[in-house]
Amino acid sequence: MTELVVENLTFQVRGARLVDRASYALRPGELVVLLGPNGAGKSSLIRTSLGLQTPTSGRVTLGAEDVVSLNPMQRAQRVSYLPQIRPMAWPNHVRDVVALGRFSHGAAPGRLKPRDAEAVDRAIKASDLAHLADRPTDTLSGGELARVHCARAFAAEAPLLIADEPTAALDPRHQFRVMDMIQAYVAKGRGALIVLHDVRLAARYASRLIWMKNGQIIADGPPVETLTAQRLEEVYGVKAKVDNGRVELESAL
Amino acid sequence: MTRSTWLNPVLVVLSLLAVFVACFLGSTPLSLTRVLAALSGTGDVGDQIVVWSIRLPRALAAFLVGAALGISGAALQGLLRNPLAEPGVLGVSASASLFATFSIYFGIVAISPWMLPVFAIIGALAATALLALAAIRTQSVVTLILIGVGLSSFAGALMSLMMNLAPNPFSLSDMINWMLGSVANRSFREIWLALPFMAAGVLILWITRRGLSALTLGEEAASGLGLDLRRQRVFTVLGAGLATGASVGLAGAIGFVGIVAPHIVRPFVGHDPARSLIPSALLAGLILVLADIGVRLLPSTNELKLGVVAALIGAPAFIWIAMQRRAVHD
Repeated sequence: MTELVVENLTFQVRGARLVDRASYALRPGELVVLLGPNGAGKSSLIRTSLGLQTPTSGRVTLGAEDVVSLNPMQRAQRVSYLPQIRPMAWPNHVRDVVALGRFSHGAAPGRLKPRDAEAVDRAIKASDLAHLADRPTDTLSGGELARVHCARAFAAEAPLLIADEPTAALDPRHQFRVMDMIQAYVAKGRGALIVLHDVRLAARYASRLIWMKNGQIIADGPPVETLTAQRLEEVYGVKAKVDNGRVELESAL
Repeated sequence: MTRSTWLNPVLVVLSLLAVFVACFLGSTPLSLTRVLAALSGTGDVGDQIVVWSIRLPRALAAFLVGAALGISGAALQGLLRNPLAEPGVLGVSASASLFATFSIYFGIVAISPWMLPVFAIIGALAATALLALAAIRTQSVVTLILIGVGLSSFAGALMSLMMNLAPNPFSLSDMINWMLGSVANRSFREIWLALPFMAAGVLILWITRRGLSALTLGEEAASGLGLDLRRQRVFTVLGAGLATGASVGLAGAIGFVGIVAPHIVRPFVGHDPARSLIPSALLAGLILVLADIGVRLLPSTNELKLGVVAALIGAPAFIWIAMQRRAVHD
């Protein structure tokens, strides 16, 4: 079983401590949401956890191995990473973009082995993109494009998924659809760590919440335990009401 | 992709046809049977000399130079995620031709004929390496193109300086040849000097093409997919530098084919940088062979330089492609 274990991770650039002694674990079967205000160090934590940047101190293990000892392809086979969505360089076809998800298995668009082609088909189906599969990506709406990016992250069929704000700039319906897709991915026995800014969405889908502030993890636990008005005030500086998992944000403090 | 399956065969056939047609052009008119006989090595000795040592090498040089520039352009565009990246625009060709001129000016070529392609390649690699270093620091391709403009101007200024100080009109005209770009009077000997480097460059680009597809998603996502970004940069820069440098060593600086050919090819291969490499090479080779045929057919007192014609077609295409781009991409 592939498990991501982060121990005492610190990441520092030019004197600024972006991640400060953070420890957490991500296991298959869990949908973990990482919460925190802008600049809390969420993206840095994710990138350091993936070995995309070298930690100043601390250790990350993926399964039995140290993440820095894995080459990029081996790492990508274990964890699928969906960074914040950037514009595509070329107007590729949807199927080809999803096929890029098979990169870590040695495949490339137009050169898919049967096993890769099946994974791509499954991801396209899971993301409800079958009718768009042959469309160029520059003709898609923002919501459709977000689904394409999710599909390519799913196509890797890695045991773990890490996604940085996959619902950013989406309308409420598409936010639900993307989160439903991720939930279905987790239901197949995989694990996901998702950065969200929408606390209500997080409360609705997460099996666990990790709260971050000033580079530190200040709380880690199921929504029922960690989602409180006091915590929202402490982390985000907002006045809020929390009632039985229902969140109402009232004003900035 | 049914369209991409016939693309390469069609381009190969057209290229062979163009090289064949080029064998008919020249001061001695030759009939079809005489050209065919000369090509197969059975014809008149004079015809064989005309075809094998003048016309065929010239056409092949045009094709090889085009192919090297086309694949370099396609690969650099994939690496930098921008359709305007090209050896000429990025200052790689200018820097290669500066080094080539340098080796002629100081008589380094006298040491060994290999010195010319080697110097051109060193110039090309220096420029591509500088660009790749800049690409790590900046995400903006506009910045890179501006650096390329600076490189071109600087190389141009140093070339002007050398021309200014040229000891005799002979070396002056030699330098002008490298600046303008031409495949006139090339022999198989010169082709053999450039070919190993071109082949090495093309091979490197071909082997590492998969990473260019991944870069479509941006560098962050590409690293997430499992791409070793640093390695990809090094190999693309090395491959494009070798191929461009060798082509400059053979024909001088010829601009813009590396933009035009990939631009035409891209829609046929689903805009995938990896799959655009080979057809871009073939098409750019074809374009230069045709342009070189055009150079010889045009009724002008001095034969036009191939590089001049390529720029006359390519520069407006560059402006047009630039104007088509939406602000979103950068």
